[in-house]
Amino acid sequence: MSGLAAGIRLAHFDQRVCILERHYTIGGLNSFYRLRGRDYDVGLHAVTNFTAQGQRKGPLARILRQLRFRWEDFALAPQFGSSIRFPGRELRFSNDLELLRSEIAREFPGQQDGFEQLLRRLVDYDDLNEEAYQLSARQVLAETLSDPLLVEMLLCPLMWYGNAREHDMDFGQFCIMFRSIFLEGLARPLAGVRVILKQLVRRFRALGGELKLRSGVERIQVEGERAVGVVLDNGQQLEARKILSSAGLVETLRLCEDTSRLERVPAGRLSFTECVSILDCQPAALEFPQTIVFYNDSDRFHWQRPDELCDVRTGVICSPNNYLYDPADGNLPEGVVRITSLANYDHWNTLQAEAYALEKYRWYDRAVASAVRFIPDFRQRVIDTDMFTPTTIRRFTWHDNGAVYGAPDKRLDGTTHLKNLFLCGTDQGFVGIIGAIVSGISIANRHLLREED
Amino acid sequence: MTPAEIREEVLDILGDIAPDDDLSALDDDVAFRDQLELDSMDFLDIVMELRKRYRVQIPEEDYSHLASMASTVSYLEPLMRDMQKI
Repeated sequence: MSGLAAGIRLAHFDQRVCILERHYTIGGLNSFYRLRGRDYDVGLHAVTNFTAQGQRKGPLARILRQLRFRWEDFALAPQFGSSIRFPGRELRFSNDLELLRSEIAREFPGQQDGFEQLLRRLVDYDDLNEEAYQLSARQVLAETLSDPLLVEMLLCPLMWYGNAREHDMDFGQFCIMFRSIFLEGLARPLAGVRVILKQLVRRFRALGGELKLRSGVERIQVEGERAVGVVLDNGQQLEARKILSSAGLVETLRLCEDTSRLERVPAGRLSFTECVSILDCQPAALEFPQTIVFYNDSDRFHWQRPDELCDVRTGVICSPNNYLYDPADGNLPEGVVRITSLANYDHWNTLQAEAYALEKYRWYDRAVASAVRFIPDFRQRVIDTDMFTPTTIRRFTWHDNGAVYGAPDKRLDGTTHLKNLFLCGTDQGFVGIIGAIVSGISIANRHLLREED
Repeated sequence: MTPAEIREEVLDILGDIAPDDDLSALDDDVAFRDQLELDSMDFLDIVMELRKRYRVQIPEEDYSHLASMASTVSYLEPLMRDMQKI
């Protein structure tokens, strides 16, 4: 998605652009698939960074302007309302910050001043520098909020939706996620992520861009301090004046021919499983009207790669039915509940086919059993299920370890050791759908458009 | 191009950059930034669009001339005087 956004910018300003995609479909983590006659999204629970039509500030407004889209083109419907649930405690939030404010006052009286202080400490997107970025979010939170449970409850959704680092979070990433979820908001197109992807592809092609699927890059050719081209898996060679990679930091460096002289950078370790249940009714009819519920079954939130195949002590429960769609458009024909759990890529990857299938059933049951402690039990209404694992995520993203949010150390400026090779996407520092698009645009503007002068 | 045509062209570019904005009430003497909340990326786009459409090169040190419609038109007038509007 970041690549498509960059491609649109470059093609719009008359550069010749070719986008190479290894998979047979577009979108990377934010892709979609069809199974037994039903459409599924891979990554999308919600589009974060949602701001209403007419709002000119914020990342959504900015990308629409930069890519020359109208607000309606993404067909976003806002969320119903979401919740963070810990044992006996709840914080509800919506696209209006006032709800979260009042929930903190109700659930954590005495912490309001600390919360306001935290809001004042948040750094704006454009003001993030390396120094502020690398502070410990846990430390900043400990300085502003005196109740450790509130700290855990705030970290839970923000880490789930965009933290590549285990245990703690870079403060820069915390600010980005806090803004995108609590200050801006959540939304979704009724037909899912394909709506946005199709808009991007259509625009890219209309501008003369070339998109090649099933065209994995086998290596990046290097001469001295410059990349000169790529060799595809099928042996085909393409020359390039500039190369922008959304493959991830570790993965991109490994593709370079001069890889042996590079220092090793750590890959991310956090991957997920996703259990999708199709229901014979709308979730709201089961008294589950929330868009997203982030749950954790103890007072301490554990954000780390599990030792077992999965860790279902914490998770995200999401229903794509629970958005404020235009009544004229209706809703999804069937109920959908998606449950995300932490997972260990290595363990899933070493399973033989039969054991893999068996473990999928076993962990589907465990993930759902864990989740229904926090929402009404929907298991009697399930008519179909699917589950994807870290190996599926690897197939769509090609990230080492199926790392959903990429490597823990980000390259905010998008540069690499080669003068004309740049990074965009997850490992440049922005996540989510809008984040990916912002990343592609800003790196294209900074490194690939300006220097043409 | 006459100053009026240049103005029309800049308006067209702004319409492309911000299709949701109402440009009919634009005040030529007030900074774009104060009326349209354009950020630095959008400013770059005005420059890029002029280059794309008319091959007008605007060096970075001259970007300050593009603050308002009036200053933009007077800055562009000598550069675009001999051009035909596309």
